[in-house]
Amino acid sequence: MPRTMFDKIWDSHSIADLGDGWALLHIDRHLLHDLSGSRALQEIEDRELPVRNPELAFATPDHAVSSAPGRTAATFGPGEKLLIGLRSRSAEHGIRFFDLGQDGHGIVHVMAPELAIVLPGLTLICGDSHTCTNGGVGALAFGVGSSELVHALATQTLRQRRPKTMRVSFEGATGPGVTPKDMVLHLIGRLGAAAGTGFAVEYAGPAVRALPVEGRLTLCNLSIELGAKMGFIAPDDATFDYLRGRHYAPQGAAFDAAIAQWRRLPSDPGAVFDREVVIDAADIAPTITWGTSPEHAIGIGECVPNPANAPDAARQTAWRSALDYMGLEPGRPIAGTKVDWVFVGSCTNGRMSDLRAAAAIVRGRHVAPGVTAWVVPGSQRVKQEAEAEGLDRLFLDAGFAWREPGCSMCVAANGERVPPGMRSVSTSNRNFVGRQGPGARTHLASPAMAAAAAVTGVITDVRSL
Amino acid sequence: MQAFTTVSGAAAPLMRDNIDTDMIIRIERMTGTTRDSMGQWALEALRYRPDGSDNPDFVLNQPAFRDAPILVAGANFGCGSSREAAVWALMGAGLRCVIAPSFGDIFFNNCFQNGMLPVRLPSDDIARLADACAGGNARVSVDLHRQVVVFPHGEEVRFEIEPLRRDALLEGLDEIGLTLKHAEAIAAFQAADRIARPFVWQPGA
Ligand code: SF4
Repeated sequence: MPRTMFDKIWDSHSIADLGDGWALLHIDRHLLHDLSGSRALQEIEDRELPVRNPELAFATPDHAVSSAPGRTAATFGPGEKLLIGLRSRSAEHGIRFFDLGQDGHGIVHVMAPELAIVLPGLTLICGDSHTCTNGGVGALAFGVGSSELVHALATQTLRQRRPKTMRVSFEGATGPGVTPKDMVLHLIGRLGAAAGTGFAVEYAGPAVRALPVEGRLTLCNLSIELGAKMGFIAPDDATFDYLRGRHYAPQGAAFDAAIAQWRRLPSDPGAVFDREVVIDAADIAPTITWGTSPEHAIGIGECVPNPANAPDAARQTAWRSALDYMGLEPGRPIAGTKVDWVFVGSCTNGRMSDLRAAAAIVRGRHVAPGVTAWVVPGSQRVKQEAEAEGLDRLFLDAGFAWREPGCSMCVAANGERVPPGMRSVSTSNRNFVGRQGPGARTHLASPAMAAAAAVTGVITDVRSL
Repeated sequence: MQAFTTVSGAAAPLMRDNIDTDMIIRIERMTGTTRDSMGQWALEALRYRPDGSDNPDFVLNQPAFRDAPILVAGANFGCGSSREAAVWALMGAGLRCVIAPSFGDIFFNNCFQNGMLPVRLPSDDIARLADACAGGNARVSVDLHRQVVVFPHGEEVRFEIEPLRRDALLEGLDEIGLTLKHAEAIAAFQAADRIARPFVWQPGA
């Protein structure tokens, strides 16, 4: 019987059938970060449990570290204890740790593909919902809570219920100015923020195949915003070229042997999915959110929706309170809305290709008066590469701040916040109430769109620049 | 883990869709707060006014719902971040059960790790339940054994839950303990996997 890629990876990791569709799954990789990782390791110690396979775990501090130029662990006080805890517990248990300023340091979901910690066909978890990002290289990667993280550290397994499968096919080709971020925001806007609940999502179709690996990571990053714990893309030559030679990839002949295995991963022709969704890539415009859920996404040429036209009473209420929080009037074009802050970074859009896309818009322009604009590279390596290309100078000369790698203003766990009532265009993945700081008003968009907002001072169709 | 059998009391209606885990517990509360003291920060953006005083309009601040063990919520409750602190905060605020049409996957899982029962009911039932509870003097029971929610006027509405999860919750089972019973199978899997997929076991070799 033809099998989906999901079936192949799931079945090959199933150690025991627990009944009712539950399996005891082998976990091939854990990522640990300062918030969830330190806590999990502490719990392991409190419960006097061993870390079963420390060689499969990798740790780095990203959430609660300052991104201020020249920062140290102490720059953000409340995060220092977490960082020190993660560092010392990692050392104690023999877990690889990537410290501030070291090659390999960065947002976990940026450094993992960058170092090839994640590989096709692997199961990978982290106490972080955007672990799904790693599906971009063809892994089953998903976020777990701290109890499951402890379970996995102690047993190298998880008890999981088999999800249903969904294939989202992006047919055709995208138009100018349309990036993976726009593709996925468009998808969530169409289907809703809960459409993926209970599903493992495979992205397919020519417009996905055409994406470089970094773009695939962006696409998979927002799977959780569709409600899906995991989203992934079948590995292909682009994946193998991306991984080849990276630090934790198999080397030499071992890499070729691995490729032979990985080529068997893609879904078989005729494999059946529980749900199939087809999106015409040509329908996608540069997309931006107007409200407080990622499903509040519209094309840049559209108007802020009117709650009176909402499809049901629940959404009518939700749209009203979203508009109220966002300080927007229904029926007005979203383009032209005045902006106070711009954030380029995060595990969604903090990679080299993202910085290059933003830089391409910024080149020859300057941040508009009254706008505060930040670029926060996703990892130490991204920062170094960008500096080698002179992107730091380009951004600085244009009036952006150029900062140290970490999550920063994506989640404001390190005290770096958009001030209350301020309007931000952000390349991150969540526009929830208070996500970028209490009262902050977040519009999600691509790096190019964020850059366009920074240099014009208003939400702008990047195609018009 | 704390066992769950039956919970009875007030059920607080919080009828909004997409209540995310950022809203349930702000991430900053996770750097400075212990697990046991997170209850005070549950749903803080809704619960407190900007000056820190209680927002009297918020349902859990109303006298009838202050001790409510049950929350009735809109669709996709607990979507977003994987932070298990969302469950700790709700439990710290006295809640043991959330009834909603649907839940975020990771939050749903996290509930079961902590003895919190997430109950899925159809939207129509939820709307009726929320209406019946709105006045504040109604009592609701959730009986996990019988898999029913007993509405204020006595009507019983059955809910579905996977047997594996129900049994674990009823008995307060420790999952790690259960899994360690498979220790031999895990060892055998790993031994075979070291040969089949050496690249998993020797990163970078
Ligand atoms: S960048 Fe944002 S979404 Fe990504 S891991 Fe950090 S906080 Fe989470």
